[in-house]
Amino acid sequence: MSQQALVTLQNVGKTFGPVTVIKDVTVSVYAGQVQVLLGENGAGKSTLIKMMAGVYQPDAGHIVVDGQTVTLPTTRAAEDLGIATIHQELNLVPTMSIAENVMLGRMPTKHGLVDRSALRNRARAALALIGLDVDVDTLVGDLGIARQQLVEIAKALSINARILILDEPTAALTRHETESLFAVMADLRRRGVGMLFISHHLDEIAEVGDTVTVLRDGEFIAEVPASTPEDDLVKLMVGRSIEDQFPRVTGDVSQASAILTVDNLTSTGSFSDISFSVKAGEILGIAGLVGAGRTELIRAIAGADRYTSGTVAVRGRHLPNGSIQAAIAAGIGHVPEDRKGQGLVLDASVNDNLGYATLASTAKLGLVDFAGQRSRAGEVATKLRIRMHTIDQPIGALSGGNQQKAVFGRWIIAASTVLLLDEPTRGVDVGAKVEIYELMNAITAAGGAILMVSSELPEILGMSDRILVMRDGRLAGELTAAEATQDAVMTLAARDVDENHEQR
Amino acid sequence: MSTTTLPAKRRGLDYKKFLANNGALVGLVVLCLALFIATPDFLTAQNLLNIGIQVSTVAVLAFGMTFVIVAGGIDLSVGAVAALSAMSSGWMFASAGLPGWLALLGGLFIGALAGTINGLANAYGKLPSFIATLAMLSVARGLTLVISDGRPIKMPAEVSFLGGSLGPVPMPIIILVLAALAASFLLNRTVIGRSMYAVGGNAEAARLSGLPVKRILVTVFALAGLFAALAGLLLAGRLDSAQPQAAAGYELDAIAAVVIGGASLAGGLGKISGTFVGALVLVVIRNGLNLLNVTSFWQQVVIGLVIALAVGIDVLRRKTRSS
Repeated sequence: MSQQALVTLQNVGKTFGPVTVIKDVTVSVYAGQVQVLLGENGAGKSTLIKMMAGVYQPDAGHIVVDGQTVTLPTTRAAEDLGIATIHQELNLVPTMSIAENVMLGRMPTKHGLVDRSALRNRARAALALIGLDVDVDTLVGDLGIARQQLVEIAKALSINARILILDEPTAALTRHETESLFAVMADLRRRGVGMLFISHHLDEIAEVGDTVTVLRDGEFIAEVPASTPEDDLVKLMVGRSIEDQFPRVTGDVSQASAILTVDNLTSTGSFSDISFSVKAGEILGIAGLVGAGRTELIRAIAGADRYTSGTVAVRGRHLPNGSIQAAIAAGIGHVPEDRKGQGLVLDASVNDNLGYATLASTAKLGLVDFAGQRSRAGEVATKLRIRMHTIDQPIGALSGGNQQKAVFGRWIIAASTVLLLDEPTRGVDVGAKVEIYELMNAITAAGGAILMVSSELPEILGMSDRILVMRDGRLAGELTAAEATQDAVMTLAARDVDENHEQR
Repeated sequence: MSTTTLPAKRRGLDYKKFLANNGALVGLVVLCLALFIATPDFLTAQNLLNIGIQVSTVAVLAFGMTFVIVAGGIDLSVGAVAALSAMSSGWMFASAGLPGWLALLGGLFIGALAGTINGLANAYGKLPSFIATLAMLSVARGLTLVISDGRPIKMPAEVSFLGGSLGPVPMPIIILVLAALAASFLLNRTVIGRSMYAVGGNAEAARLSGLPVKRILVTVFALAGLFAALAGLLLAGRLDSAQPQAAAGYELDAIAAVVIGGASLAGGLGKISGTFVGALVLVVIRNGLNLLNVTSFWQQVVIGLVIALAVGIDVLRRKTRSS
């Protein structure tokens, strides 16, 4: 391209200790264009954008802004050059108004006091830039995620950002909200703003992007036009065929009996009238959009939240509502979606974390069975190949994949036979992912049953024997592994959502 | 690779690690050496016994506080609960005519009861522990004044015995050692103790793993109340009477001892041995400043600086370790 790039990361590299995260990657953002960054978890996308945003400094190569080589020692330095990042986790203060958030850190003052009318006027001008029409006195916490995101974009533009880094902005949006975000992006593009866009939804790429940079294992793989067919993009991204990635070994479950039976389960406001069963040896996948009620369903079955009506039974025995202990005693093991927030005690040792579910059940007279707990933990850590220095090391120091294996390990020690998995491979690198899939195979081969919620469609398609699709808290349909395709699932998951959205 | 345990990474010299993990103990030793050099009165049997007696009340309170802080809470009521327990004990003996031993047990029961109420308010009533125990502080101190009508009450001989001596050894020191052993056993060996670390480290993860988080919290506060009652009885035994303003402000000493001992107010970390050292640091500083004729006004300033310093070093240490 003859046009000069707004910003270029030129042959950059980054290592953390012995690990090379980024190796010799070049990526540019041009005025009025949307550059898409594509790669699996752990491919180095976030490291790359952090270099562009001034969070990390490259160890090799350099950063060029408007033809000048620059260093970006801080995020402030990047912002001064017009580079702003819209993070997945938004940096807004929910208890303050839109106006205050937009002008945070640079409030207009008069005689040392905040000048309220100037504050509102400037915030209104910022919102006008993206055509957002809401009262600037509204508290940010009262807005939905989509509008909060737009407020953040308005804030970035009001400090004269010319380059916007959008880190998975559509991950938490409904289709309708995504469309309006794309409309804003198209408008910004016309006005010469350059954007770096990250998304896991391949179908969005052609819709919103111009050029795609593909990364794999920290290396530059290709730069292709955004109109490239999805299958080709996947091949570039993964570097191998899908079959290797999902090593599901299906047993014959036609004669097997149902282990987990859920009947007319309803939780007002989250999901309603859900019925299904999972057989011994089976993996049942639950697909659906964010907010369809999948996590709420899993938590209700695990006893973590109470439900309104319906029944949950394991091997024909009904479980009491809202009792985690009873669920565990019946053989249920719950791997929650947020590993760090809900799965692990990060400061505690690997040994302790593996043993929580069996701490009380193996105790005698209230005294912990230290020797037994330790030998069971050691055994399962070896079996699951949890990579660590010692078993007494704080679990927070392990990689995401090894942490996740430890959460599984806890339930293996507890001899759980029904595993409820919520996003089992989120934030896990490719190698550990396959290990987790093999673990799932081993559990079902031993007669266990697995219920898996995942937002990664390839994972649902690759690992499930049957797939339930949820939409707006209801079962929208059931597909067998044979008939399930990305399109079939998405059709069920997204149909009518837009209309429902308009009605609200 | 078939093995999963990698060789431990070298973490510099061992003495460095020891210093980093035992900062309070090293500080205590340095403090004692300095006082030994500065004044001949420090290292005498009489003074050391004095220190032992003084540390007993603070340390016993602080052991109970350790449970609460490890479980991720805070208990501001321990000083007031200590006073209420001792006063109740005195009242049961003097006014209700209960036998001395029963009055002693009654005092302990009142402490555990007040703690249980704290725990119920926190776990089931969803009040933050800071608020629940702040309310209890006021209620317990108020009830102490109501029961006593603002006047001291004479304690039964059984309680006074706790403040006396067994041969040459003061009883408070014996009680202190027993309380330390019991607290340490509870925290390290029992299911409830190990669960406290999990609840303080990440209550939601503990709950989803099947630990009965609410019951654990109630137990934790009940234990803090029980240990507070014991401290209150020790104090009353020494003075031979329950004072309505006894142990006022001691909750802050107890919190300081736990934190100097290396616990994190965020929960999940803390040891009885650390708390014991933390309590000794506080008491030895006061004792040393007394021996050096520093006024009590300046003593407060010094104590404040020591707390800030101890925790500041600890924060720095954690930061360097995590990065």
